[in-house]
Amino acid sequence: MRILIVGAGEVGSSIAANLAKNHDVVVIETDEAVVEDLNFSLDVLAVQGDGTDLEVLEEADVRRADMVIAATDSDETNIVISGTAKTTADVFTIARVKRRRLLTTWEQSQGAFGVDFMVCTDLISAEAIFRTSEVPNAHDVDTFANGLIRMVELNIEVGSPIAGQRVADVDIAETLTFAGIFRDDELIVVTGDTTIEAGDKLVVIGSQEAVQDFAAETAVESPNGIDDVVIIGGSEVGYQTARLFEANGYHPRLIEQDRYRARELSELLTDTTVMESDGTDTEFLKRENVGDADVVIVCLESNEKNLLASLLARKIGAKRTLAIVETAEYADLFEEIGVNIAIDPRLETAEEIVRFTREGHTEKVVMLQHDRAEVLEVEIDDTSWVAGRELVDVVDELPDGVVIGAISRDGELLGPRGATVFEPGDHVVVFVDATVLDEIIHRF
Amino acid sequence: MAWNIEWRASLANLGTMVKYLSISMLVPLFVAVVYSEDIWVFLLSIAITAAAGFALEQLEKEPDLGPSEALLLVSLAWTTASIFGAIPFLLGGLGTESTIGLSLESGSAAVSSIVNALFESTSGFTTTGATVLGEISLERHSHALLLWRQLIQWLGGMGIIVLMIAILPELAVNGAQLMQSEAPGPDLQKLTPRIAETARALWLLYFGFTVLLVVILYGLHLAGFAPKMNLYNAVAHGFTTLPTGGFSPQADSIAAFSAAVQWAIIPFMVVAGTNFALFWHVLKGEAERLYQNSEFRAYTGLLAVFTAVLAAILFGGAAPVLEIGGPTEGLAENSLRHAAFQIGSLLNSTGYANANFAQWNQSAQIFLFFAMFVGGSAGSTGGGVKVVRWLVVLKAIRRELYTTAHPEVVEPVRLAGTVVSEDAIRGITAFTMLYLILFGVGAVFLGLDAGRAGFDLTVLEAASASLATLGNIGPGFGRLGPFGSYLFFPDSSKLLMTLFMWLGRLEIVPVLALFVTGVRDR
Repeated sequence: MRILIVGAGEVGSSIAANLAKNHDVVVIETDEAVVEDLNFSLDVLAVQGDGTDLEVLEEADVRRADMVIAATDSDETNIVISGTAKTTADVFTIARVKRRRLLTTWEQSQGAFGVDFMVCTDLISAEAIFRTSEVPNAHDVDTFANGLIRMVELNIEVGSPIAGQRVADVDIAETLTFAGIFRDDELIVVTGDTTIEAGDKLVVIGSQEAVQDFAAETAVESPNGIDDVVIIGGSEVGYQTARLFEANGYHPRLIEQDRYRARELSELLTDTTVMESDGTDTEFLKRENVGDADVVIVCLESNEKNLLASLLARKIGAKRTLAIVETAEYADLFEEIGVNIAIDPRLETAEEIVRFTREGHTEKVVMLQHDRAEVLEVEIDDTSWVAGRELVDVVDELPDGVVIGAISRDGELLGPRGATVFEPGDHVVVFVDATVLDEIIHRF
Repeated sequence: MAWNIEWRASLANLGTMVKYLSISMLVPLFVAVVYSEDIWVFLLSIAITAAAGFALEQLEKEPDLGPSEALLLVSLAWTTASIFGAIPFLLGGLGTESTIGLSLESGSAAVSSIVNALFESTSGFTTTGATVLGEISLERHSHALLLWRQLIQWLGGMGIIVLMIAILPELAVNGAQLMQSEAPGPDLQKLTPRIAETARALWLLYFGFTVLLVVILYGLHLAGFAPKMNLYNAVAHGFTTLPTGGFSPQADSIAAFSAAVQWAIIPFMVVAGTNFALFWHVLKGEAERLYQNSEFRAYTGLLAVFTAVLAAILFGGAAPVLEIGGPTEGLAENSLRHAAFQIGSLLNSTGYANANFAQWNQSAQIFLFFAMFVGGSAGSTGGGVKVVRWLVVLKAIRRELYTTAHPEVVEPVRLAGTVVSEDAIRGITAFTMLYLILFGVGAVFLGLDAGRAGFDLTVLEAASASLATLGNIGPGFGRLGPFGSYLFFPDSSKLLMTLFMWLGRLEIVPVLALFVTGVRDR
């Protein structure tokens, strides 16, 4: 596929890096130094120029492109780029926006602005934060098939009831499937004989309730859900996160240092207590009992501040901390030092966009552990080789490292069994080891 | 620093208003003809008023109103209307026993009679309902004159300026500024893109409710439930219910009528104290706007709670010896009716009475006095501080207490989810303080003035007189009760109360702002 990416900011360049492996990527960027840098650091063609300029688009050969991803820092620019590309060439356009209202407008006006897909980075990050905070011990949470199916990557901590048990001995709900285990840097394919160890990251797929119950049972300090939520940093992600918590009946507290931003947030958020203070002021954090929080979410503007604030929150007793990490490589480091979960907004955005570059019927892609493995949602159509066949036969033909996690049919969840017959229209959630990804991706 | 207002422009517009006021005098003239009463009083009043109006209009051919001129116009409109509205009283009472008729016996008697007529007229236009009539009866006064007294309340209810904007296209340019200065409540709600249409919509609603009440009252009469509610009385009470006025051509107010009439009037008093813009939304098919409005919920909630408490007090025997209205002790219907009527009347500043509450015991009286502080809703015809202001003040106080314990918390004050700006909170707090200060100062002045004039005025009388005039309520307590009169006050006190009625109707601020903007360079 030939993909044109406009804007090589943090989102644009990380998408470019992600796609460069399998596709021809052309990047348009205004900053000459960045262009220079890109041409050497990535296997892409970087062109200097303004993406709203038709001449520049043509220079980048927009007519031959299959997809245009507008990822500059300006919402309006991205929309203009999409509109221009759409009228000039037969391309699939993706626009990244910051403002959620713009996304809502687009959703409600059936593909307005010539944008085929709109992605709101901050909203996606906020959704990831919210999903992950709700499940105890979760490292990553995602939903499939309109929320029917859930995938969770669980941290198995020392003292967890299932640590040291064989998989076959763990009592789990029928609708739950163990997909894989990440141990140190390795991906282990789960069989009945596999022993779960403390420190593992266990990937389970199943119904919402089954996953939630299992996560609660295996948690060390089995918390009965969360109640007290503190968000440090009133950035756009912080705001969207607070809004999501509000929408789900929580009353979070939000700490923002800037006076005017704090006032603005307090007007926007009706059920959130906004506090104007420095999130790294220990005395303040203690006075307001931030240590009693079930989860502390840090969305400040830099890695350093995020790390510092998370560690402070841990130190005064917060049960869990989630922090935004601006640099993908630091995510593991954060988690090693003591941040429970590091959320990378760029990875979340890339997951949303990458699925459009996959051929076939991939509805959704979730990347785990720096893309060591992926969880895919695939729709089965009439021409698929699996249609009409039993699951047990299909699994035999699939390479190792592929696990059928769950099947949704007509809005109902089917626990995958050997005798289950695939039908056209089924949505299948599959766990795939990245090394066999290319092999599997054309198979459905 | 000079007086930089284009006062000619304001006065020319004022002339137009006075001209139209003369037209409204055709109504009592018609009544005089119907009842074969003296028509010269109103013919002469029309002539004087119309001539004055035309004369003022000549000051400026093409009046151009700026914000300061608009303030001046609004402030003067109400005093001017009151002055010309007093002319029929003076002329009609000339040579009779009427306390508001012009007396030519001596110089001081003439001054007193003019003060009285001005007091009565201001009380009318500002929808206060306080009276200096010695005896209210159709034997003493003509049908036409008493109907004029009712009509000026109706004209003042939705606002003279709002009415002018509705009918005079040339005022529409600065209409928003004018309406903002006149409309009760902290801010103006535009219902339509054009301000003249908004004004028209409000007046039509007001007119519609008035007609409905008149039809219901007269219907009750025809059906035999209200023997005394003839057409004259039905119209007269229609004129003073919707503007939260309170004047009645009957000496014993609504107590003169049957229980059915009293029950029928209660909902209309409640409507009068509601923001009329809400009814406009209801007519547009957005009925949910009514109960989503936090002021309306607070207003109806307060009415319900106050009524329940007062009914309990009355049921327990707070009104032992009543000549008018009947006993309440142990009588559920009577207790509830009296409580609902008096709360519906006093909380939103109407001022009708169906019993002499000034004879109730201390607990009932102090409770009613407390209810008088509430006032109607913003955008209603009611007076007082207004429910929405109390809501904002209380929420701001609650926030103040909360942020004392959590100094970092940033929290806006919200009304039904909408943020109230800090500027608005400051304005509302200042208004409420100013209102309370004026109330206190007024009570002290009335007390001292009574001492100077050498008559006894109880603390409750002084305080209630100050509150009843500033809040455009009408009746007070003691001798100022619903069937009493303000007649015995000295002229100086009456002038102060006239000023208070004017300040209260215009909500103090535009009038005071006039003196500040007037001397500021433009």
